[in-house]
Amino acid sequence: MKVSEQEAVASAARELGVFLERRKEQIARRWADAPLFRAVFTDSRDEAVEACKAVVDALSEVASAGSPEDIAAPGFDQVREQLGRMSGSRTRTGAGPAQIADEVAALRAPVVELLRAEATDASAPEVAERVLALTLLMGTLRLVVMRTALGSGQELIARQREELLEVATPVISLREGVVVVPLIGTLDSARSQVVMESLLESIADRGARYAVLDITGVSTVDSLVAQHLMKTVDAARLMGAECVVSGIRPAIAQTIVHLGIDLGSVVTRATLADALAYALARQGVDAAPDAGAP
Amino acid sequence: MTAAPGSAVATCLPVGSDTDLTWVRQQIRQVAAGLGFGLVQLTKLVTAASELARNTLVYGGGGHVEITPLERGTIRGVRLSFVDSGPGIHDVELAMTDGYTSGDGLGLGLSGARRLVHEFELDTAPGRGTTVTVVVWTADLPAARPGE
Repeated sequence: MKVSEQEAVASAARELGVFLERRKEQIARRWADAPLFRAVFTDSRDEAVEACKAVVDALSEVASAGSPEDIAAPGFDQVREQLGRMSGSRTRTGAGPAQIADEVAALRAPVVELLRAEATDASAPEVAERVLALTLLMGTLRLVVMRTALGSGQELIARQREELLEVATPVISLREGVVVVPLIGTLDSARSQVVMESLLESIADRGARYAVLDITGVSTVDSLVAQHLMKTVDAARLMGAECVVSGIRPAIAQTIVHLGIDLGSVVTRATLADALAYALARQGVDAAPDAGAP
Repeated sequence: MTAAPGSAVATCLPVGSDTDLTWVRQQIRQVAAGLGFGLVQLTKLVTAASELARNTLVYGGGGHVEITPLERGTIRGVRLSFVDSGPGIHDVELAMTDGYTSGDGLGLGLSGARRLVHEFELDTAPGRGTTVTVVVWTADLPAARPGE
């Protein structure tokens, strides 16, 4: 029973494949006006029709292979990139995954219409079987689109995360022997590792004797962040540079005290300006030209 | 102590990765700011949450956090429950000691978080997981706790 049911679906799917190939032109013209294609190919309708034809071709090939539910069917390979571009373009214009899924689902109705119109007897069982095969096939297309969309989203996130690590940790040379590292956002283990590496490198390359770690932009200073800071300060000290941690806001100062973190071994200042004045004074430079001004 | 009317009864967030920790901090910051927390109290709350959520992740092997807005008279507050089903804590007294850690941190997570919040409750047993529940109010309450 089960086997014959599968066979019935497969044979209906093969017939559907022939139908899709034969009516490619009409289907493509109808799809070109559907929201999904219209929204992506805004400039030229011909372009939209061509894109639709490619999708119909792919569907026809998958159907002809007799497996309308195979998400990994080779037939989809040719349009995977195109579908990815389309869903990407929809996402950029603000469509959520649910909306994209709905738009793909909306492609089914025009084809069902054509399928029914073609049959001499619309209530014949073979018509119902073909509609069923078409429904399965369009469901699979929807999954393929969603998978492509989610996959490209995840790739983007991974790439941006890498970028953030690199971008968000500059080491700025302020003057001979003084570097500043403005820390921004979350100082987790991965970030603090990058900070430590770039700071130690700059100490070695630029011969910095003083390094200011500014945490004005760090939203939360908990014990792990403090530990990371202390390790960085210790490592810099081993290389002969003195670190000053600046940007300790009042709320952070109170929180650190309540947490019980002992930053006694670290030179800290409220603002970046204070930290610089400290570093310059230690270098023997008068950092307060307006002090004692008339 | 009742849940604040008109607000979502409880938000439940997963704690399963470093990215989740960032999300948890942001969400708690947002909820607390919406309840009218001042900057100092808000910083304490978020820092305590950061410590406890990291414990859930590192020592509890992941779990979830429940955020419940509270109301007592005119004062608002928030209750956070950090729940994991990890190995639990064998010696609670030792775990609550400043500077003691079974990992490689500073050993201030639990004890430090307790000093940052108004109410602190630790429910754990070996093999039964750990639930830490804390409450922070928008203002320090004037009434002294009995026995203090």
